Amino acid sequence: MAGGFDIRRIDRRIIFTLIFVAVAWPLIQPLRLPMEVSPPVQRLYEAIEAVPAGSVVMLAGDYSPDTQPELQPMVDTFLRHAFRKDLRVVVACLWPASPPLVETALTPLAAEFEKEYGIDYVNLGYMAGGTVTLLGMGASLPGTFPRDYGGRPVSEIPLMQEVENFDDIALVMEVSAGTPGTREWVQQVQGRFRVTLLSGVTAVSAPNFYPYIQSGQLGGLLGGLKGAAEYETLVEAPGDATKGMDAQSVVHSLIVFFILLSNVVYFATRWRSGEGEAAQ
Amino acid sequence: MKYPLALTLVLAALLSPFASLAEVAPDEIVVPAEIDTVAPAPVTGLTARDYVDNSDAGDKIVLSWELSADDGSGEGDVVAYELARSTVEGETGDSLTVVPAGATRYIDDTAEPGTVYRYTVTATDGANTSAPAISGPVAGRRSFFQPMRLPVLVLLGIFFGMVLIFTQLAQRGAELFVRRIPGLNAIEEAVGRATEMGRPVLYVPGIGEIDNIMTIASLTILAHVAKITARYDTPLIVPTARAVVMSAAEEVVKQAHAEVGKPDTYDPDNIRYLSDAQFAFAGAVNGIMLREKPAANLYMGAFWAESLLLAETGFEAGAIQVAGTAMVSQLPFFVTACDFTLMGEELYAASAYLSREPKLLGSLKGSDWMKVLSIAIMLAGIVLRFAGHDAFVNWFRTQ
Amino acid sequence: MRREIPLIITFLAGTFMLVDFFVPHVVVSGAADEMKQWGIIVIAASILLGIGNLIRVHSKKIARRQEGWIYSIITLASMGVMFAFGGPWGTIEEGSAFNWMFINMQVPLQSTMFSLLAFFIASAAYRAFRLRSAEASLLLIAAIVVMLGRVPIGQFLTRNLPEKATLPWITETIMSYPNMAAFRGILMGAALGVMAMGLRIILGIERSYLGGEK
Repeated sequence: MAGGFDIRRIDRRIIFTLIFVAVAWPLIQPLRLPMEVSPPVQRLYEAIEAVPAGSVVMLAGDYSPDTQPELQPMVDTFLRHAFRKDLRVVVACLWPASPPLVETALTPLAAEFEKEYGIDYVNLGYMAGGTVTLLGMGASLPGTFPRDYGGRPVSEIPLMQEVENFDDIALVMEVSAGTPGTREWVQQVQGRFRVTLLSGVTAVSAPNFYPYIQSGQLGGLLGGLKGAAEYETLVEAPGDATKGMDAQSVVHSLIVFFILLSNVVYFATRWRSGEGEAAQ
Repeated sequence: MKYPLALTLVLAALLSPFASLAEVAPDEIVVPAEIDTVAPAPVTGLTARDYVDNSDAGDKIVLSWELSADDGSGEGDVVAYELARSTVEGETGDSLTVVPAGATRYIDDTAEPGTVYRYTVTATDGANTSAPAISGPVAGRRSFFQPMRLPVLVLLGIFFGMVLIFTQLAQRGAELFVRRIPGLNAIEEAVGRATEMGRPVLYVPGIGEIDNIMTIASLTILAHVAKITARYDTPLIVPTARAVVMSAAEEVVKQAHAEVGKPDTYDPDNIRYLSDAQFAFAGAVNGIMLREKPAANLYMGAFWAESLLLAETGFEAGAIQVAGTAMVSQLPFFVTACDFTLMGEELYAASAYLSREPKLLGSLKGSDWMKVLSIAIMLAGIVLRFAGHDAFVNWFRTQ
Repeated sequence: MRREIPLIITFLAGTFMLVDFFVPHVVVSGAADEMKQWGIIVIAASILLGIGNLIRVHSKKIARRQEGWIYSIITLASMGVMFAFGGPWGTIEEGSAFNWMFINMQVPLQSTMFSLLAFFIASAAYRAFRLRSAEASLLLIAAIVVMLGRVPIGQFLTRNLPEKATLPWITETIMSYPNMAAFRGILMGAALGVMAMGLRIILGIERSYLGGEK
């Protein structure tokens, strides 16, 4: 092989630089590609639309800072959707890092829609225990979360007087990045307490949950940033996810290009070495 | 009065918003609509049953019925259904509640356990009520069993029975066939290569906790690998993300050294608890790979998003890599970046095959036969469904 | 007795929770609800154990000047700083130092580590997706179709084709049928594995979670 540039082993740094440019450029210069909504997202949207105004819904935060870029847009859009429909939101988290992350969306959106803490929404914070906590919530939510995120006793919060367990909750929107997450909610909550369960997950784990959509155990699913962007489109509030879609489009295309290039090179090399042998 | 006109104008301006209240609507002769004297059709198919939920105090009765013919069709004038409950036969009893049109179900959660009730449901269009539909006698009971969960109990019983039987058979020394997983050859080849090159073997038991079934399977395979490395004096590095897993790994490797008769070559500093944090762990392991340059990387256990970080860096460092995990979302990453991957239950099969431990063999065989049973049930269900018989499939419903 | 007591507790607790799933009688479910509350308390206490463990392991590393002991100092110091700020001034209020450190240090650090995956997948894809065999080819084609179909550009490229030939439709079909079928099969296998494990733990056949000998 001629010395110098060997295309079969491109220096990783070149690949990384190209990826960096592919992500950064559309964020600066948006392409605004049109987006179609996939069925699982459509079902999630319609499930929330079907809930009558004034009902209580739950937002379960089961994510952490590393998946925040992918999942936070889902939280933002759900809260916006719920507040717009005058739904009352109870936030409960199984991951310790989730309550402050949800707060970053909750506080400004509550102010925008003029919602009052304790009456229109409440953040119950984090409770250790994972699966056990889920079962505890099914028995008694105030019993499992005796204080809210700010330390206030739940008995002093007007909204919580009406919520004893999942019977009083119209639907649960669960945003998860791993374990405990969607699977545990399906197994422990949807199966036992028959509450409508919707979920937003990272793109890498979304395929795991398609069986649950088909069986009806999940009423809808947001898969990764694309799912979040589709949801933003339905709610007519384009945000971070929609901006990210252009970047994702370019990067995905670039990776496909790399794959095709590597295959072209692979076959060209094999063909050439085959020719070389024949010539001998 | 000074400036009477101005004052009048000001007063008029102040009072003008209220003027509309005093307006009298133009006279509209209201022609009364024909008075509706037709009663709506009654509901049909009314049943009342003891309602069993997750915490049954015997105080819930579920009523269900078919819609009145005039609800949504026919006359279309039904607005609500009135429910009444009585303890005396023949009497309608006290009004219980009113549910809106379109409802076909109601759960009465105020029943006294043991008391016999009869429910009456009538449709109303605001002016007239239908003939009553009366349910049979029903009493709330504290149930000892959730009937909807019977299929789960049956299948669970079958499965547990099979696992226990096979475990017993294995403990008595019966020969339970487990095929040799191709991945096992790959593991031994990788370790052999490291020994030839005089470089260490890196064994990552995943980042799951000790009670994770994948971690347990991983520790069994670690025992096997540790014996080989101890025999040939190849350094074995085991980074862990959980303190308890580190203790267990220490025991396993120490034991392996003792079994091949080289207890003093055991180096406890090679079993390292790095960090609980996922990416901190990945970063630390990458550091080990780049500095100590192991020739063989074995990833066995529960992995999450850090799988690709580990496998890619390991490749760049020039190691031969074998992975095994049942985390389905990580399999694609391992398959692309490693030389060989044990997928899903191959990990459990490998650990059962290597250790020949009765409990692992028993569970493996039990699971295998349960899968055969599941496939048979699914095929039967599909065939019956196509033939129009739903009873078999419906028996399995739990909701 | 040291081994027997945990095994007995495990057996009783595990069996009771299993019974609770099938028996809705209010006495059973009431007791089970209590146990679930205890479980939450125990798990919360184990977080304290985890902290103690962290301090112990890293202190040992510093004392023995083992490789990387500087990082152990940094680890313990960071923990100390977060505790020091979180304790007196609270962890929740928007302006507190703890919250500031969390939002401005931990969140970006963790998100950045996670986003490294984007670069790594590109280099892995370049190297690994070759048409080496029939299965590899299938993987390659499915990967390309789904990668393009899941982003707006896929729809854009095939916008003039009939619906069933568009990349998004094909992607959704792949995800909803063959992919889902395979996942469901693996899910069932994994569930059986977990159930068998649960049985082993409840019956005391599996003792590795107690530590020490298997």
